[in-house]
Amino acid sequence: MAQRSDITHKYLRAKKKFPNVWCAGCGIGIVMGSLIRAIDKLELDRDNVTLVSGIGCSSRMPVYLDFNTLHTTHGRALAFATGVKLANPKMHVIVITGDGDALAIGGNHFIHSCRRNMDITCILINNQIYGMTGGQFSPTTPTDSYASTAPYGNKEYPFDIPKLAEAAGATYVARGTVYHVTQLDQLIYDGIKKRGFSLVEAFSNCHTYFGRLNRLGDSVKMLEDMKKNALPLKAAAKMPPEKVQGKLLTGVFCDVEREEYCDRYDALIQSLQGK
Amino acid sequence: MAENIRLMQGNEAVAEGAMIGGLRFFGGYPITPSTEIAEILARRLPKVGGKFIQMEDEIASVAAIIGASLTGSKSMTATSGPGFSLMVEGIGYAYMAEVPTVIVNVQRGGPSTGLPTKVSQSDTMQARWGTHGDYIAIVLAPQSVRETLDLTVRAMNLAEVYRTPVTLLTDEVLGHMREKVTIPEEGELEIINRQKPDVPASWYKHFEITPNFKSPMASFGDGYRFHVTGLTHDEEGFPTNKSVEILAKLTKLRNKIMRYLDDICQIETDGMEDAHVAVYAYGIVARAARQAVQMARARRMKVGQIRPITIWPSHDKKYREIFSSKNLEAVIVAELNQGQLVYEVQRLVPKHVEVISLNRFDSELITPAQILNKIKEVR
Amino acid sequence: MSMTSHPKPDKTGASHTDSESIDRYEIRLSGSGGQGLILAGVMLAEAVATVDGKNCVQTQSYGPEARGGASRADVVISSGEIYYPKPMQLDLLLALSQEACDNYYRDLKENGLLIVDSHLVTQVPTTRWIGIPFSQLARHEIGNTMVANVISLGAICAISGVVSEAGLIEVVKRRAPRGTEEKNLAALQLGLTEGKKAKDRIRS
Repeated sequence: MAQRSDITHKYLRAKKKFPNVWCAGCGIGIVMGSLIRAIDKLELDRDNVTLVSGIGCSSRMPVYLDFNTLHTTHGRALAFATGVKLANPKMHVIVITGDGDALAIGGNHFIHSCRRNMDITCILINNQIYGMTGGQFSPTTPTDSYASTAPYGNKEYPFDIPKLAEAAGATYVARGTVYHVTQLDQLIYDGIKKRGFSLVEAFSNCHTYFGRLNRLGDSVKMLEDMKKNALPLKAAAKMPPEKVQGKLLTGVFCDVEREEYCDRYDALIQSLQGK
Repeated sequence: MAENIRLMQGNEAVAEGAMIGGLRFFGGYPITPSTEIAEILARRLPKVGGKFIQMEDEIASVAAIIGASLTGSKSMTATSGPGFSLMVEGIGYAYMAEVPTVIVNVQRGGPSTGLPTKVSQSDTMQARWGTHGDYIAIVLAPQSVRETLDLTVRAMNLAEVYRTPVTLLTDEVLGHMREKVTIPEEGELEIINRQKPDVPASWYKHFEITPNFKSPMASFGDGYRFHVTGLTHDEEGFPTNKSVEILAKLTKLRNKIMRYLDDICQIETDGMEDAHVAVYAYGIVARAARQAVQMARARRMKVGQIRPITIWPSHDKKYREIFSSKNLEAVIVAELNQGQLVYEVQRLVPKHVEVISLNRFDSELITPAQILNKIKEVR
Repeated sequence: MSMTSHPKPDKTGASHTDSESIDRYEIRLSGSGGQGLILAGVMLAEAVATVDGKNCVQTQSYGPEARGGASRADVVISSGEIYYPKPMQLDLLLALSQEACDNYYRDLKENGLLIVDSHLVTQVPTTRWIGIPFSQLARHEIGNTMVANVISLGAICAISGVVSEAGLIEVVKRRAPRGTEEKNLAALQLGLTEGKKAKDRIRS
């Protein structure tokens, strides 16, 4: 593990920005570790990596990391990222967002980013609630779960993130959890490597709000539940549907080839300039 | 006839000016009456290696141009009132994060979706106060097609020099009107690019507060690896809650513009030396005003004209000087709205000068005859 | 520089100057959407601006509907600077529909020139007007109703002289959709001829 944390420290704005804002036991830090290891393994030039985020607990991540970092307005991270990427296609653009940020206020940008297929990696940390503002229900809060704005239980139905992303046209869609770290490292690594729009859902815990309001226990308990409840897609495929019901499916939901937007636009420039 | 003389539409002039000014990125969303700007740039930008993208809405459009500008591309979007309403979020961000951007608002009738194909100046105050928080807006307003071209270039220059969003405020008539234009020759118009840092990365502060309030700006990818946020931040860009740093940041944002009013603010005056009455109007209405002033002067009436070209910020000192013209008794403020800039004039005239509002908001232009009648009423 | 060098239609007496507007000539092309009037306005303005070298502003008015509604294009021409960009009092009104004629006749100067499509405008509110059956000519002489706008430009040129023939020829060549250049040039010539005839009728 010592080796792992050495890698992590190489990429942190350690002297400037710590301690961080996250609650003790929050899963977001685990996702940050996975992201760092993926970038390190890919040997990306950190001057050519831009992290873009919106608003929320997860969106605070870029400030701690020593890359080009852009912390934007609520829901708009993907739209800002689209400008960065198209204006400078050499840039590796990675968006860090949450369930409220990406799917509620940023829902429109999310589906259009999937559709447009620009080479952007979107890491969506799903903790099923608005943490920063104090535990209001989000588009992924399960039906009948409690939230500070759902004191009698959530009357709505949640999004299925991988299905939404795939239907909207993302070329790589995967889900991991903050319990299954090795898998999450790999999914983020593959997502960044993919030339096209990639969506990696990182299922995480918010014990402070979601856990407390729904009596799901502390961080450790919620991670243990994640371990119990997660089911790899490959395993699920061999199981009867009733056994899959209610499980958190993990793995790669979609990995298809489609010509990337900036490549297509670059080809247009080349042809117009007669090259 | 020389090839550089063309019959050109106002919206076309925005695109032409943008290309001359070095635009490399346009992100927009279709809206009448601004759409021609996007259509022309969609065709022209890729020919010079620039980028055009049609985003999913105006919020995304302004976000995209901010992202693009941070990589070093001169960036612009164009819209009309309903789109501008959505863009104010991003404009506030660009102001706070000090990102050079140009927003063109081809005004149409409001409120709400209003009158898509009709002229108006009812976004005058929105351009100034649209976004939340204290904010100093730079807003330019042309009166002709050629001036639209010139001010587009100037808007880009000001955005780069002051690291701030700049709004070009035109309107439906100006946007769609065609006029004889002499295309400027290469080198005729000054083109300014942003100042880049020359210090090592470890010394660089993206939001440095310097004695003259101007600070060089690195791009993403230049090796400086800085942080940008809409949260109130320190000189390095990291969020702060320290009141000393907050004060320093917000003071800088204000001073970097307000200390340079002489450079930013253009005001045109005519015949104010002996004027008893002045007509104050901007943009397309200034042309009716000019016609009316000519008519009045042909009748030996001593009438002058004041035309703000930079609508915002207000150069209070300069206006006070103009309004203190020794014979001035009244100022007629002609606007295509229910009265917006008139409050600025009221604020700045000496006590003895009467301020008269001339408003029209039935979707038609104010005519020279209307202004002339008002002049006659005053006398 | 003034515009007095242009031949003026004597009998109709459209003058280029009065005390209110110096050195301005204001034209309105009006009718229904789909008659190509905005394009005609653009062509007229382009000829004046880029070939004749005068100052010129072209504006337009249209509703949200692209076809069928009222449509108009205004052109203001001057050798000097043009301040107010829209017409104040028309020197020339072209009306290709009864509705346009009724709506805009009152915007015409006292001695202004009214040109109507004599087939489409049956009730003219004055005795001083020129009628040419533009739409019928387009259909029967050229074989395409779409060129009525170009015929009317030819007539305006011949009658008012405010735009040069050479200018219109150049611009029609430039703006006509590919493959329709000849038809449009023929339409222009037809308009010039009909315009001259109409002018002579007034003179005699």
